[in-house]
Amino acid sequence: MREDKILLSHGSGGGQMLELINGLIIKNLSNQYLKEMMDSAVLKINGKKIAFTTDSYVINPIFFRGGDIGKLAVCGTINDLSAVGAKPLYISLSLILEEGFERESLERIVESIKKVSEEEGVLVVTGDTKVVEKGKGDKIFINTSGIGIVEKDLELSYSRIEKGDKVLINGGIAEHGTSILNERLNLKLSNPPVSDCKPLWKIVNEVLKVSDKIKFMRDPTRGGIASTLNEIVSKSRLGIELYEKKIPIKENVLGLCELLGLDPLYIANEGKMLFIVGKEDAEKVLEKLREIGEKDAEIIGDVIEEPKRVLLKTSSGGRRIVDILSGEPLPRIC
Amino acid sequence: MCLGIPMKVLNIEGEKAIAEIGGIEKEISIALVDDLKVGDYVIVHAGFAIEKLDEKEALETLELIREIIE
Amino acid sequence: MKYILEFRESSLQEPLIEKIKEISFRKGKFKIMEVCGTHTVSLFRSGLRDLLKDYVEVISGPGCPVCVTPDSFIDKAISLSKKKDFIITTFGDMVRVPGSKSSLEKERANGADVRVVFSPLDSLTIAEENPSKKVCMLGVGFETTSPSLAFTIIQAKRKKLKNFFMLSAPKLIPPALSALLDERIGIHGFILPGHVSAVIGSKAYKILEERSIPGVITGFEPLDLVQGIYMILRQIERNEGKVEIQYKRVVKEEGNEKALKTLNEVFEPVDSEWRGLGMIPKSGLKIKDLYSEFDVERVFPLEIEKSEENPACKCGDVLKGIANPEDCPLFRKVCNPENPVGACMVSSEGTCSAWYKYKI
Repeated sequence: MREDKILLSHGSGGGQMLELINGLIIKNLSNQYLKEMMDSAVLKINGKKIAFTTDSYVINPIFFRGGDIGKLAVCGTINDLSAVGAKPLYISLSLILEEGFERESLERIVESIKKVSEEEGVLVVTGDTKVVEKGKGDKIFINTSGIGIVEKDLELSYSRIEKGDKVLINGGIAEHGTSILNERLNLKLSNPPVSDCKPLWKIVNEVLKVSDKIKFMRDPTRGGIASTLNEIVSKSRLGIELYEKKIPIKENVLGLCELLGLDPLYIANEGKMLFIVGKEDAEKVLEKLREIGEKDAEIIGDVIEEPKRVLLKTSSGGRRIVDILSGEPLPRIC
Repeated sequence: MCLGIPMKVLNIEGEKAIAEIGGIEKEISIALVDDLKVGDYVIVHAGFAIEKLDEKEALETLELIREIIE
Repeated sequence: MKYILEFRESSLQEPLIEKIKEISFRKGKFKIMEVCGTHTVSLFRSGLRDLLKDYVEVISGPGCPVCVTPDSFIDKAISLSKKKDFIITTFGDMVRVPGSKSSLEKERANGADVRVVFSPLDSLTIAEENPSKKVCMLGVGFETTSPSLAFTIIQAKRKKLKNFFMLSAPKLIPPALSALLDERIGIHGFILPGHVSAVIGSKAYKILEERSIPGVITGFEPLDLVQGIYMILRQIERNEGKVEIQYKRVVKEEGNEKALKTLNEVFEPVDSEWRGLGMIPKSGLKIKDLYSEFDVERVFPLEIEKSEENPACKCGDVLKGIANPEDCPLFRKVCNPENPVGACMVSSEGTCSAWYKYKI
C-alpha cells in the first residue's frame, strides 16, 4: 500500500522497502541493469565487465562492537562488488556531517576507512564532504560507491540457478544486527554479540578459484538471510528449502534473539555471503571455506522446484514458510 | 502473548538480579519471585522473572517422555 | 542454553508424533484450541502445524492481547502521542497496530515521541530522565504481563514520580475461556497457556473441569507442544476431562502467589470489551483508586471518535475460532502484513499474520 509518508520500515530491507523501490524507483528509471537489482551492476564497457555499486550508511550508533560506520562503509561496498565476482579496486567516499559532530570521532572513522582499504588493496580515489545544520543529520552519513572488474568468463546470475543447487553461508547469522540492537536499546548486556562486519573479497576469490559452479552470490545485510533468499526466489522463480539444524548461529546471538523475541533469520549480517553452488561442488566449496578460516561455514539448504517460496525444515521434521520481512524487527513480549 | 525464556541467576541485589542466557547477561527484576538463590533458573518475561524454573521437574518431564515412547 | 535446547530435541519429538498419529488412526481427527498467541506462532514456526495437520485440527482462539484490544485503545494512545509533552512507551508489539485511522508507527513519522521498551520499568527510567515530559506506558497483556505492569506502578509510587502514567487495558484469560465455552464451538480440548498459568496456576481452570473438557497447560518449545497435544488426545481417548500440567517445570497448582498479590494490589477486575467476543464481565483490569494518580485516563480525560471496524474484516470470528483466516474475504487480497486491516494481521502473534507468514 502507498503510504503518504516514509516510515522506518521502508528502510528495513523487507516488503515495504521492495514496494517503494519497485513502485517508484524501478517504475520510473528502469533499464536492463537497474531492473536486475543485483548487489552491483555489471556494465559492459569496451569489452570489459566493470562492476559498479553504491551504498549509504546511516547507522546509529556510529561506533559499535566489531567496527564503526567507516569500516562498515568500506566493507559494505567491497562486499557488494565481491557478490558479483568483481575484485574491488576503487571507491568514492562522500561524507555528510552534522554541525557539531566531534572532530575526534571523525578522525577515528577516517582511520578505520584507511585501515580497511589498505588491507584490502582498495583505493579511495574521489569524494565529497558536506556539512548540514545541527538537527538535520544524525552525526554522520556516509555514501561509498565502488568499481571492480569481473573476470571475462564469470557469469553470476539468477538464471544460472537450478533445482538441486545448494545454498551455503560462510558462518553464523544475525551477529551485526543483534550487536547494534543491543547498543540502541541500551540493554547493558555483558558478553553481547559482536558485529561480524568484515570484507569478503578474499573469501569470495578463493571460492571462485576452487569451483566454476558458483551460480550466484549475495550478502544478506538488512532483512537477514530470509529477505535475501526471498529476493533470490522471486527473481529466479524457484524455491529454497533451508535446514534449521544446519543454520549456524553463535550462542550469545541466539540468546539475545530469544530474549527479545526476534527471529535471527531476519536480522542483519555484515560479514556473510550466501553462495548458490552446483551440488557436485558444494562439499568442495564448504571445505575450502572452512580451510581459509570460516570455521562455521555450512551448507544450509537446497534449491527446489516447488513451492516457489523459501521454506524451513524445522527440528521437529515439519516445514514452514519463511516469508519476506514485514516492518522492522522490534523486541516483543508476545 | 507470553514470550518467556529460562535464564540463570548469577547475582542478586535486592529486587534486581543479573541473569544469563547463551552467555549474555542482563539485569532483570526479581520483585515477583521469592526465595531465589544464585544458580537458580527463572522464566523471564518483559524484563521480569515471573516464576522459578524447577530443574528437577524439567528432568522428570524429559524422563517421562522417554518412558512414553518406549 | 539450558532448558531450551533439550526441549527442541527432535529425537524425542518424532516418537511422540507417531503416538499422536496412532490415536488419530484409532479415534479420528479431533479439534483442539489454543488460546495463546505465542502458542499460535510456536506451532507454526516449529513446523508442527504442518506435520500434524492430517491428524489433529488445531484452532487458534483469542490468545493475542494486541488482537483482542479494540481500536479505541490505539486511538487513545495516538491521541496522547499527539500532545507535545508526552512520550509514549510501549512494547514492540503495539507499534504497527492500526487504530481506526492511524498507528503509532505513522504518528512517529509525524513527530510523535514513541519509544519501544524491553521492560515496563524502562518507562520509569525515561520518566526520571525527562522530568519536563509526561511518560505514558501502554499497558496491554494477559496475566503474564500484568504483575509486571502492577509492580511498575508500585515503583512509580515509591519513587514519588509525578510524570509517569499508564494507559491500562490488560485482560484476563479465564473469563474469556468461559465466554468461549458458552459459544459451543465444538472444541474437544484446550492447549492452555504456559506462562499465563505460571502466574494464575492450574487452579484457575475449574470451568473446564466442571464441563469435563480436557485442558493441558503446555510450554512453548516443540517438545512441550508435542507432549501437550499428546496428553490432550490421550484424555479424549480415555473420555477424561481434567486439567493437567505438561509444563511442570514452571507451572504449579497455586500459581505464583507473590505475582498475583502484586497484581491485586494495583488492579481490580472490570468489565472489558474484547474484539470479536464483545463485552465480557470482569475480564479486564482497571487501576485501583489507591493508584489512580497513575491512570492516564483519570488524569487526562481522552476524547476519541467512535470507531467503526471494517465490516468485511472477520477478525472477530477468527478470534472465536469459528472462522479461519482463509474464510475472510480480505485475507491476502486486501489484508496482509504490509497493509493490515485488522489486528489479527498486524500483531506478530495474530492468527491471520501467522497463517500469512508461515502456512505453506
